[in-house]
Amino acid sequence: MSQSKITRSSINRFFNRMPLHLAVIGLMLIWLIPTIGLLVTSLRPVQSINTNGWWMVMAAPPGMESYNQYCGECHGPDGSKIETADLSDPAVIEQYPRSIQLLGMLRQEIDGQPHMGDLELPSAQEAADIAAQLKKMAGGEVTPRLTLNNYIDALVGYRGTNNYVDDCEAGAQAAGMNCNISDLLNPRGMGRAFINSLIVTIPATILPILFAAFAGYAFAWLDFKGRYWLFAILVGLQVIPLQMTLVPISRLYAQLGLNGTFWGVWLFHTGFGMPYSIYLMRNFLGTLPRDLFESAYLDGASHWTAFYKLAIPLAMPAIAALAIFQFLWVWNDLLVALVFLGGKHPVMTYQISNMVSSLGAGWHLLTAAAFLSMLLPMIVFFAFQRYFVRGMLAGAVKG
Amino acid sequence: MANNATPQIMKQGRLTPWLYLAPAIIVMGFFIIYPMFTTIWLSFQNRDGTQPASATCVEGRPCWGMFENYRYALTAELNTSTIQTTWQTFWTSSYGNTIKWIAFMVSGTVGIGLFFAVLAERVKYEALAKAIIFMPMAISFVGAGVIWGFVYDYGAGDKQIGLLNAIITGLGFKPMAFMSTPGANTIALIVVGIWIWTGFCMTVLAAALKSVPDEILEAARVDGANEWRVFWSVMVPIIMPTITVVVTTMVINVLKLFDIVYVMTGGNYGTEVIANRMYTEMYINFNTGRGTAVAVILVVLIIPFVYLNIRRFLEQEAMR
Repeated sequence: MSQSKITRSSINRFFNRMPLHLAVIGLMLIWLIPTIGLLVTSLRPVQSINTNGWWMVMAAPPGMESYNQYCGECHGPDGSKIETADLSDPAVIEQYPRSIQLLGMLRQEIDGQPHMGDLELPSAQEAADIAAQLKKMAGGEVTPRLTLNNYIDALVGYRGTNNYVDDCEAGAQAAGMNCNISDLLNPRGMGRAFINSLIVTIPATILPILFAAFAGYAFAWLDFKGRYWLFAILVGLQVIPLQMTLVPISRLYAQLGLNGTFWGVWLFHTGFGMPYSIYLMRNFLGTLPRDLFESAYLDGASHWTAFYKLAIPLAMPAIAALAIFQFLWVWNDLLVALVFLGGKHPVMTYQISNMVSSLGAGWHLLTAAAFLSMLLPMIVFFAFQRYFVRGMLAGAVKG
Repeated sequence: MANNATPQIMKQGRLTPWLYLAPAIIVMGFFIIYPMFTTIWLSFQNRDGTQPASATCVEGRPCWGMFENYRYALTAELNTSTIQTTWQTFWTSSYGNTIKWIAFMVSGTVGIGLFFAVLAERVKYEALAKAIIFMPMAISFVGAGVIWGFVYDYGAGDKQIGLLNAIITGLGFKPMAFMSTPGANTIALIVVGIWIWTGFCMTVLAAALKSVPDEILEAARVDGANEWRVFWSVMVPIIMPTITVVVTTMVINVLKLFDIVYVMTGGNYGTEVIANRMYTEMYINFNTGRGTAVAVILVVLIIPFVYLNIRRFLEQEAMR
């Protein structure tokens, strides 16, 4: 009796909560599906990407279906049923490489009868699919469902009509390609851009944290005139847009010869990361217990000792949050890289935005390149999500 | 001043604080303060900063003297022949588009973020659900542009490899070139922005919701309020300060937003926004005066939020 009551109420509860689950899971799917589409597409061969949508990746190739519909009954599933017209023979198939030849042949009569009998002729699209399917059946080239070729092409920056691996095997690679590891350094490739992104990001993450740790300590534990108002100005500076400072800095860099150098970007990111970083460091250091610093002082510690032996180790959670924040910010930045580095040392975001405008529909390269650029941020994000969220909750805005 | 008397717990030389502050102040002075003033000055100069802006005026054309660059920045996109055309062109100008961005993106991110924060709290897979909504925050705008460019892809033939057009044609409608249809394209870009930033709003709002005391919610439920009522009359008023912070943060973010438009349409087909226009004037048309004038207008729009930010900080300090 009581048993059935429990079951009934839990079933009721389950149905009452259905709309809740539907809403939550529905939103999760909407958020996830575009990224899955990118990932799946980046792993498909070029021909398939442009033949059907990525959600069809596991479906039978369209040619198979059309073949069965129009030809299968007479020619058999493998095409060899009629001996005089053996579709599994490459020599026969070679005559009908495309839909035009195939349709032309289908319109002809055989022994005074229409080739297709009572069946309607396939449409141009279906004929093209069938032609492709026939090639496969005759043992011609078979395209795999999934491939890593897009990633290899994106890494080395290969934009030939064929893919890099095949062209290299045939010795038909484009000019400038050596078909060895050195191709990864091709300035048009994502491999080179990945290295450039790292070169830009690492110092541009460490420098602001270092400077902010000093300044944050001063704001939290040192006494000086204007301390309060200086910090209020800092809070205001957090929301000043990058755009406001780009022009004078690029003019100045032009005079100093810093345009197109890594130093230029490092320093710029350091300057711009400062207000938010100091804000976060000061707020965190300010919450450390006063007794700690007082007893350190009574033990004869100087400010310098208190700073690097006490404040820095204790501030590690804040430093971690800040590091992740700044890392993602710099890694994902386009505007600063575009203005100060440009094509001289292309970073990943720059390379992709260039591909978008110059390649247009090259989805196989674009999707692979985009996924490559997302790889490191995703790893950092999922590994350190806790710190990232904490840093975000503690601060205001930046950029 | 609440905090003025704080530390003084250790002896310090008079210069010590400034030694700690020096690196930060130097880089900020060099990269933020100094260029801000130079930008303002340049916005009153001609295209390469060699002459005052008034020198670029042309006889017989409207001219605002030293504010010539501002005249250009504010009116060049408008067709001012009649009030009606002015109104129409305003809504396809960078200013009209920026207003659309603010209206739709802020309400979208905060609305969906709050909705999801409330819902996710009630399911067992809360952490996973939140991580998925939050994930786009780790992706660059450029990457997001590619992801959504593919969703919006438009095939001229009967084949659609873009998800959205495949759904539309599957339902029997005509496919649509999202990126080059004025009006629809700005909305399509805003959707990308919402996809990226909802995670931020959700996380901050969820943290605020968690801090609402359970007793208050229980008391309201005991008094017979349904969940809907509890949400609007209890939760929302309690977390209102956080909602305000999130909204102002989002408005600032939207005003500064550049990458999505730059990557997906380049500001073409009537999708221009203020932040991208500054880039276009400066680094494509190479007109320093006009570019900086757009930048100054952007900052003027942001100044109220600088004020809000400082005021909020002062209030927080007073409470410490």
